[in-house]
Amino acid sequence: MAQFSLPQNSKIDKAASKTFKAPAGSKNVKTFKIYRYDPETGANPRVDNYEVDMDSCGPMVLDALIKIKNETDATLTFRRSCREGICGSCAMNIDGTNTLACIKSCDEIKGDVSIYPLPHMPVVKDLVPDLTHFYAQLASIEPWLKTDSAAPTRERLQSEADRAKLDGLYECILCACCSTSCPSYWWNSDRYLGPAILLQAYRWLVDSRDEATGERLDALEDPFKLYRCHTIMNCSKTCPKGLNPAKAIAEVKKMVVERKI
Amino acid sequence: MSNDLRSPLSRARGLGSAKDGVHHFWVQRVSALALVPLSLWFVFSIAKLATGNTSYAALAYWISAPSVAVTLVLFLAATLYHSMLGVQVVIEDYVAAPASKLTVLMLNKFVHAIAAAAGIFAVLKIALA
Repeated sequence: MAQFSLPQNSKIDKAASKTFKAPAGSKNVKTFKIYRYDPETGANPRVDNYEVDMDSCGPMVLDALIKIKNETDATLTFRRSCREGICGSCAMNIDGTNTLACIKSCDEIKGDVSIYPLPHMPVVKDLVPDLTHFYAQLASIEPWLKTDSAAPTRERLQSEADRAKLDGLYECILCACCSTSCPSYWWNSDRYLGPAILLQAYRWLVDSRDEATGERLDALEDPFKLYRCHTIMNCSKTCPKGLNPAKAIAEVKKMVVERKI
Repeated sequence: MSNDLRSPLSRARGLGSAKDGVHHFWVQRVSALALVPLSLWFVFSIAKLATGNTSYAALAYWISAPSVAVTLVLFLAATLYHSMLGVQVVIEDYVAAPASKLTVLMLNKFVHAIAAAAGIFAVLKIALA
C-alpha cells in the first residue's frame, strides 16, 4: 500500500523540542516553529521554537531564517541563494503551503510560522530535502532542443505566435514546490514524473523548433509517468511563480489523444 | 530511496515507457459521456416507477419493453465498464507491491465482468421471458 504514516524514525519527537527566546525588551516577537533533523545524531526529528524580534528583521521568511542562523542557532540548515524568487533553492513548506521562503512575507502569516522541508521527500538535514530523484526525472525527459535537420547558419527562427506558446512554461525555476505538493507524486514518485517535470516536458513538446515531438510523446505515454495526474490541482495552487502545471499536463494528454484520433 | 548502486537516471528511467495509457484515458471519458444520458434516464425512470405500482410484476412488465431492456443493458455495460476503469486507477495509485497489485487488478476485472454478465443476463431473462 501507499505509505500513509511516517516511519518510526521520521516521527517528530515532541519532548525534544527546544525554545530560543527573543532578546529581552523585544516588542514585536514572532515565533518560528522549524523542523529539525540531524542524520548524524540518529535522533528523531523535532520542531524547535525560535522567537524572532521582527523589528530588527527583514520582511520575508528567508530574512527570518538567515537572522536565526546568524544570531541564534548556526546549526539551522537550509538552502538559499538568490533571495528574489528566481533560483528556487529556498523551496520549503511554510504555514502549510509549499513556497519560496524568499518571496513569502512574514506578515501574511497569522500567528506562529511553521516551517518544514518539502513534503514526502527524504530529508538530508533540517529543511534540506534530497532532490536527486527529482533531478534525474528531469534528465529523463531530455530537456533540450532536439533536431535532425542540419543546423542553420543563424539562430533557429520561431514565429511570435509560437514563441508565445512558451509563456507560462519557460518561467518554471524547478523549485519542486508543485511536485512535492502532489499526492500522486507522494504515492508514486518512483514512476510518476510529477507536475514540474511534466510541465518541462510540455515546454519542449510545444516548442516549434523541436523535431522530436513524437518520440517525446512516446516516452511520456505511460500509465505511471503521465497518467497518475488526476487533476488534483495542488500544483497550480501552490506554484510560487503563478504557473499552471495542471494545464500543461492536460495539454500533454490532449496531444497524446490528438495523434490517436 | 533504495541503496542499490544504480545511477539516479537509471532509477528514474526504470523500465521505460509502456507506450500505453491513452486508450484507458480515452474510453474512461467516452464511457463517462455515455453515462450522462443513461444515468439521467435510469434515475428518472426509477423515480417515476417508485411513485406507481412497485410490484415485481409491474417492474418485470416495464423491463420487458424492448426499448427499456436495450437501454438497461447499455446502462449496465457502461456503468460497470466505467467503474472497472475507475477502480483500476485507484488500485494503481494505492497498491504498491507488485504481486498484490497484479492480484487486485485481476480481481477488479473479474468482479466487474461477473457483475456485468449477471446484470445483463437478468435483464434479458425478464425481457425474453
